[in-house]
Amino acid sequence: MSGTGVIRLPALAALALLLVACSGGGAPAEEARAAELAPAAAPAVERPRLPAMATSDNAQAATAQSPPSASRDGGEMPQRAARAAFVPPAESAIPVDAFGAMIRKGRDIFMHTGRYAGEYVGNSLACVNCHLDAGRRADSGPLWAAWVRYPRYRAKNDEVNSFAERLQGCFQYSMNGKAPPPDGEVIEALSTYSYWLATDAPTGVDLPGFGYPKQGFEPPEKPDYGRGEKVYRESCAICHGAEGEGQAVAGVQVFPPLWGAQSFNWGAGMHELDNAAAFIKANMPLSLGGTLGDQQAWDVAMFMNSHERPQDPRFTGDVAETRRRFHDTRWSLYGVEVNGRLLGRGTEAPGG
Amino acid sequence: MKAAIVVIAASLASGGLSAAAPDAAAIVREGNDKGAPPCIACHGAHGEGQVAGGFPRLAGLDAAYMERQMDDFASGSRDNAVMKPIASALSKEERRALARHYSGLAPPAASEPAASDELDPQGESIALRGRWEGQVPACVACHGPSGVGVGSHFPPLAAQPAGYIAAQLHAWKDGQRRNDPMGMMQHVASELDEAEIQAVAGWFAAQPAMIEEGGP
Ligand code: HEC
Ligand code: HEC
Ligand code: HEC
Ligand code: HEC
Repeated sequence: MSGTGVIRLPALAALALLLVACSGGGAPAEEARAAELAPAAAPAVERPRLPAMATSDNAQAATAQSPPSASRDGGEMPQRAARAAFVPPAESAIPVDAFGAMIRKGRDIFMHTGRYAGEYVGNSLACVNCHLDAGRRADSGPLWAAWVRYPRYRAKNDEVNSFAERLQGCFQYSMNGKAPPPDGEVIEALSTYSYWLATDAPTGVDLPGFGYPKQGFEPPEKPDYGRGEKVYRESCAICHGAEGEGQAVAGVQVFPPLWGAQSFNWGAGMHELDNAAAFIKANMPLSLGGTLGDQQAWDVAMFMNSHERPQDPRFTGDVAETRRRFHDTRWSLYGVEVNGRLLGRGTEAPGG
Repeated sequence: MKAAIVVIAASLASGGLSAAAPDAAAIVREGNDKGAPPCIACHGAHGEGQVAGGFPRLAGLDAAYMERQMDDFASGSRDNAVMKPIASALSKEERRALARHYSGLAPPAASEPAASDELDPQGESIALRGRWEGQVPACVACHGPSGVGVGSHFPPLAAQPAGYIAAQLHAWKDGQRRNDPMGMMQHVASELDEAEIQAVAGWFAAQPAMIEEGGP
């Protein structure tokens, strides 16, 4: 039985929690009070959670029904369950012209990132690994919802970020690579694809199903490494491997690595337990999303993120200082000791 | 088949059981002395399967996967009237030896020639992209690129007879096959309708059993 060991986590301002994204949170901590990993004092407003699944196949039907209802927060809609999810256009509706070619290019980069944008990728992941169904699936950070949320202020760099900058962050952190030039074809293609997916969506709103469903998603009990390991062995290892290394066939990464040198780095949003737990609860085990209990999702997220991964590119040379500057959040285990191991030392750079 | 009957008769007559390591190649051709028929009768001379009968290819499948399937036929968690008596007539050691034997054989090319204009296009779409409103991921997300299979838990679909693939999806739907980890295939199959089953089965049957490095 392995416990969580000693964990000291500084508390995080609730606001910063909401702004964590693809690249990790990193609001300069207002307060560095030592605290236990424990439920938040002030949970964020819960936003509607729907079994919303936007797909190519049901696009026609839904477009015919009702336009997506605009909302600024979950409170506006009295009947949450009745709210229709936004449905992006069907794949078959991609026009057959130069515009359509750019949409397809964006989709291909999104699904096979290493193959089509390899020079900006430093691990074996692809965008679609964390944004399922080619960026269409609600509750897995769908692109149609993302498109209408930018430009946007992000605490991470304390600036208003354009959509292009948001995409660049994903390459630097989630893909452990380099930012493609904002006026180059990779960003243009991904933007075009996202714009097209958001056809007919209202702008400047959080559409139901945006991001990961983490608002108001709190662990019933403190996440626990030992319990998480058990969940991992029973429900995840068959695909992601005993050591989180994933599985590849004929040079194609079928099951993505969850930690280690080929996974997302310590600066990526997925390293924060709230992002990971919300993603896992909604989407994993693949095909059985929604079947884990809340506690199981948090426990296994904690287990996954208690392993080493590539260093945060903003590493200052000192783990404690890097934590203070970029990871002083409630749900980051960077710079925290778990089971006698200090996390955040990074992995050896993969040979290339 | 005739040879097998002779062998079975002979062994029954002698009543002897040899304790030597099982000879997989012999069982494949002749069956064993406990009533298992020769595997080649249904699975083909080289383990390539039989399209007409819907008998699966065994050549090139993962050994641990096949051994587990034989155990499951015997226990009934994979309920099949043909393979149950056969698996039950094989000892644990024989199953292991047979699984190893077949995993070492070269798989055939595609089970059915790709007649791409005849294939229902929704087969490819389900195979490569899934049908997410029922939370059905792309089949290749678990079965590997082109369905070539991944490790010991995700068997190949490529170059399996379409009739076999469809029969398995039906078996899960009807509850005859209940041996899949976490009920993954029971869920997937329950979401597919008949047209989708036929379309996706046809698509995988036409895929090559092996692909180039970095292939689709
Ligand atoms: C390891 C998982 C992972 C990978 C790989 C990944 N992302 Fe993300 N992405 C995230 C997380 C986590 C978030 C933040 C979700 C949230 O805040 O709810 C995010 C957010 C985003 C957003 C903003 C969503 C919004 O609504 O604000 C966009 C756009 C995005 N990612 C695009 C990409 C692209 C393009 C790639 C590939 C180059 C990519 N992502 C790869 C995990 C990932
Ligand atoms: C049936 C196989 C399967 C199982 C079981 C499974 N996953 Fe996954 N997982 C996948 C696949 C495939 C993807 C990529 C999805 C895509 O690209 O469409 C993925 C993606 C992920 C990702 C985002 C990508 C990354 O590498 O960070 C995380 C995190 C994750 N899974 C965690 C888990 C956890 C935790 C469990 C157990 C509760 C689990 N998965 C169970 C197949 C599986
Ligand atoms: C009379 C025909 C017949 C003979 C003889 C036969 N099989 Fe089978 N076998 C089948 C059928 C039919 C299936 C598919 C069963 C189902 O639908 O579940 C099958 C399935 C299998 C499978 C599962 C394959 C998969 O992809 O899951 C294995 C393994 C197998 N047989 C091994 C053997 C071995 C070893 C022998 C020889 C000892 C043998 N079989 C002899 C008809 C036969
Ligand atoms: C979430 C992962 C997953 C997905 C997605 C998936 N499968 Fe499977 N499939 C499995 C597993 C695991 C097995 C092996 C079950 C066992 O061990 O008995 C399997 C077995 C099969 C088999 C039996 C093969 C044999 O040799 O007996 C068929 C046929 C099959 N799947 C078809 C499909 C089709 C068609 C799709 C897409 C519609 C699909 N699967 C999608 C996990 C998956």
